[in-house]
Amino acid sequence: MNSENIFLALKNIKKTIDINKDEIEKLDQAIGDGDHIFNIQRGLNEALKLETELSSLSPEEVFKKIGMKIMTTVGGSSGALFATLLMGMAKKYSKELNDLENLAAMFYEGVEATKKRGKADLGEKTMLDVLIPVSLSLNKLKNEKDIKKVAEKIKMVAEEGMLSTRDIMATKGRASFLGERAIGHIDPGARSSQLAISAICDEYIN
Amino acid sequence: MKKFVNNVEEILTESLSGFQKAHPDIIKVNFTPDFIFRAKKPAGDKVSLISGGGSGHEPLHGGFVGHGMLDAACPGQVFSAPTPDQMEAAANEVHNGKGILFIVKNYSGDIMNFEMGADMIDYDHETILVNDDVAVEDSTFTTGRRGVAGTMIVEKTVGSLAETGASLEECKLFGDHVNNVTASMGVAFTSCTVPAAGKPTFEIGAEEMEFGVGIHGEPGRKREKIKTANELTNDIINSILEDLKPDKNEEVLMHVNGFGGTPLMELYLLFEVGQKILEKKGINVVRSLVGNYTTSLDMAGASFSITKLDEKITQHWDSAVHTAALRWKI
Repeated sequence: MNSENIFLALKNIKKTIDINKDEIEKLDQAIGDGDHIFNIQRGLNEALKLETELSSLSPEEVFKKIGMKIMTTVGGSSGALFATLLMGMAKKYSKELNDLENLAAMFYEGVEATKKRGKADLGEKTMLDVLIPVSLSLNKLKNEKDIKKVAEKIKMVAEEGMLSTRDIMATKGRASFLGERAIGHIDPGARSSQLAISAICDEYIN
Repeated sequence: MKKFVNNVEEILTESLSGFQKAHPDIIKVNFTPDFIFRAKKPAGDKVSLISGGGSGHEPLHGGFVGHGMLDAACPGQVFSAPTPDQMEAAANEVHNGKGILFIVKNYSGDIMNFEMGADMIDYDHETILVNDDVAVEDSTFTTGRRGVAGTMIVEKTVGSLAETGASLEECKLFGDHVNNVTASMGVAFTSCTVPAAGKPTFEIGAEEMEFGVGIHGEPGRKREKIKTANELTNDIINSILEDLKPDKNEEVLMHVNGFGGTPLMELYLLFEVGQKILEKKGINVVRSLVGNYTTSLDMAGASFSITKLDEKITQHWDSAVHTAALRWKI
């Protein structure tokens, strides 16, 4: 894990989000207010500008600085939540662990912080329906040697989590105001989270 | 989309810059991080009121910065909560010895970003969460009621109290009280168009209205066929009164708020209708405000907000105010 591959992941995320921007916007207009995609794109653009500045820093610092940039440029719920996730991850980086162990521990910490910030948990039609199962799977697989296998599994778990948001009622966030009217719609934050995770996984699958 | 735009990404910055130049006697604007603050810092110690939220609701909140109301406002992108660094920078600029009172509309994004901002400052602080919209249920199954046009009533009255040198705790309690006796509900005839999206947020038929709409064009209670002003006002007022449960002969403030795309002529018509309905029920409208104060970009529609008045609320509603959007007794 180093600055270079963290930025490679970020670039891949940006690419995927850009490709799927119309779909994310439509999901948000259906049960939110349509701002999610523009906020995410603005934040990713700003974060990518940090590449040179952060090239020589430790993964811990890189996660923290990207998190701060997301915090100050995205706005809305997603800005606060993704920033909390990244800054939470930064806290758990350890030089003693291998990359997968590190990622599992960091992601767990980040997701716990995100749960706390959003006062939400599994099954509330939010990004946590993707993030929590991914975090649990990562921790189960942290000693696996075949990285491709891990990536395939995580990609699948993220997709299942994202799809699970379609059939539940929202109890958190703006979609909660819709009551039953939100059923049948995938949560846009879950979709963008799943796309981001898939983009990272694809790098190891292909 | 037909809007006055040069570059969609620069809308907020250009608008804030124009706002600053149009009201140099009242406010100043700090850019990156963006916040609006009073041109003249209050002389004596006072609690500093900071509000904010997504842009697109103008004049809320920046139009309410000035003597008798807010000390600062943090504008986010259109319909998106502002970021924590804005609240931190605003607090550092306007703190005045007696702590910071954040006034936040009850939306998850606003709450989270204001919480993160509050974590970043060293001053005493409290938060008033405004949730006056009766259109959505306040239950454990939702994020709770939304903060809508009643927010400016909280900002006006608490702003006035803060001006007297009241303590942070006193201001917080009073704000919670005003919020508790204020209820709102709105109806939309058209969608709004977020500039960055370039197309309407929701589809709505020519003969339809969204009853209980939110201030971001988010759906409310139900989609209905349009009704006469009398009928729909009756529905709105009844929903509000169900929540407020006013006494016979109760004195109230009635605020008819336009969402941005409805002419003032129709807003006054609504005031006429609402006042008559309340009169029949033995409720006295003794204070009033009609106009576009909490807008939803270009959405056509309006909301009613009703506040049950007591001596203290009336006193702080009537007191002098000097902001870009609200000015009296000065």
